[in-house]
Amino acid sequence: MTVRVVLPILIPLAVATACLLAWRWRRLQRVLALTGAGGHLAASLWLLEEVSARGIQVVQVGNWPAPFGITLVADLLAAMMVAVTGLIGAAVAVYSAATVDPRREAFGYYLLLHILLAGVSGSFLTGDLFNLYVWFEVMLIASFVLMALGGERGQIEGAFKYVTINLLSSALFLAAVGLLYGSTGALNMAHLAVHLRDTPSGLSTVLAMLLLAAFGIKAAVFPLFFWLPASYHTPPTAVAALFAGLLTKVGVYALIRVFTLIFVQQPALTHQLILVLAGLTMVTGVLGAVAQDDFRRILSFHIISQIGYMIMGLGLFTPLAVAASVFYVVHHMIVKTNLFLISGLVHRLSGSYDLKSLGGLYSARPLLGVLFLVPALSLAGLPPLSGFFAKLFLVKAGLAGGSGWIVAVALVVSLLTLLSMMKIWGEVFWKSGPANAPESTAPAPLGMWLPAVLLALITLAIGAAVGPVFELAARAAEQLMFPDTYIQAVLGGKT
Amino acid sequence: MTFLLALLVGALYAGAIYMITRRSLVKLIVGLALLSHAAHLLIFSAGGTKRAAAPLVCEGATPRLDAVADPLPQALILTAIVISFGVLSFSLALLSRAFQITGEEDVDQLRTTEE
Repeated sequence: MTVRVVLPILIPLAVATACLLAWRWRRLQRVLALTGAGGHLAASLWLLEEVSARGIQVVQVGNWPAPFGITLVADLLAAMMVAVTGLIGAAVAVYSAATVDPRREAFGYYLLLHILLAGVSGSFLTGDLFNLYVWFEVMLIASFVLMALGGERGQIEGAFKYVTINLLSSALFLAAVGLLYGSTGALNMAHLAVHLRDTPSGLSTVLAMLLLAAFGIKAAVFPLFFWLPASYHTPPTAVAALFAGLLTKVGVYALIRVFTLIFVQQPALTHQLILVLAGLTMVTGVLGAVAQDDFRRILSFHIISQIGYMIMGLGLFTPLAVAASVFYVVHHMIVKTNLFLISGLVHRLSGSYDLKSLGGLYSARPLLGVLFLVPALSLAGLPPLSGFFAKLFLVKAGLAGGSGWIVAVALVVSLLTLLSMMKIWGEVFWKSGPANAPESTAPAPLGMWLPAVLLALITLAIGAAVGPVFELAARAAEQLMFPDTYIQAVLGGKT
Repeated sequence: MTFLLALLVGALYAGAIYMITRRSLVKLIVGLALLSHAAHLLIFSAGGTKRAAAPLVCEGATPRLDAVADPLPQALILTAIVISFGVLSFSLALLSRAFQITGEEDVDQLRTTEE
């Protein structure tokens, strides 16, 4: 069924168009955005069900046969990522409807939200390297405007750094695509894989490094992460939550895709390098977080250290390790979005992001405290939450792969993560409130609680039903590690 | 011809990186523009340079691959140019907004979000 593959891209695009037509009617835009996000979630789950039951789904756009046309491919990894994107999109849409101010709404907030979702879904589903570039740009331009929309000083400053570094990364990506085409005559990823498998060369390793740099910037991998903590805490919480959940993960997805399908000729060089980068990313991210005193900046630095875990599995490059990476990405997207949403709730209830001026929230709002602990402890990796299992599988894979040092790094970093989460807990919830605290402002609307509670429940559910979820990740990893099925599905037997 | 193009691409990259490392916001954007030009020309030269006919083939005829140019890099560049045009216009708008709000044109002064 081709329609299932196309829907997760088409629905947000259609909603965005409808929002554009309803430019003057803000309430209508809000309704459209909420229904659209719900529809996107439903469509992405529908796709996941199909891919899980019947294997890789391929659509040749415009009926041009691969490798000449653009191919959309939904393998299990792509389908899982799209499904989580649908979930995050829906959660953030509900949260946005409750929090985003009228001025931002009037200047096309929902329109941009859906363009971003279309760009992210497109990046996950495309099977063509140049098309991936185009989807990246769709996603980026929407994120540029979302980041700057509102025009506060911090936002503009953050946006400048974000825009510059992302344009730099796009230019690198584009150059690598051009050179790859020049050296192989292919752009379809499956076709590229076949070409480079038959004729490995020094040039292909150079191109692998170019792509590693380009995607590394997007994923905020060491040493290319400085833009992230400089910009992610500046836009409204709903936007920050969306970015934290989706954007860097598209970079991670691109790394996983490219380094399991196309550049697998010299794992001793490329994947070992990724493994070292993973270790450095974890350590620098978490050390950066320990030094911070702002709720959202701490969370931003933790995104970086968590990216390290995600590419650690890719660097180990065994079926178990890649499965652990896939599981980690899914767990992380949900948990991190949730933490940002909760930081918004804290801000709404006590008027600050600064740990120093916060306090006493546990006695005032015990439920919020519990709600924070679920994703926070999951991020740190405490049993029985999803993060514990994600780390457990990575550690198992690391020990099985004989890379004890990376396991040691991962464990130390997870201790520091716990420390940093406990710092937030202690400062925001546990210590007594500031003496001259302003009386609790207006209560937070249901639209802020609902997505946060829902995502926390999903985190608990993944922890409880770890078997089936990991089994799905393991099957995704199997498709990644043995790409013949993928290539066969795309090229239809002509290899 | 390929050699000349290679020199040009190299010069564009060098100029772009030089401009991006300046402290002025305007020069930064000029650098980004040069960077996208460099990438586009790189794709163009990667597609091969030769004097050849347009890749139009009559129905039923067998195309002679050595006599026609490869149209794909040009299609890629066209797409990339449109994208970089849009993105650059956005960065110019952002630049003007940044100058209105902060009154600064020096990158080093835009650090209030990092303290």
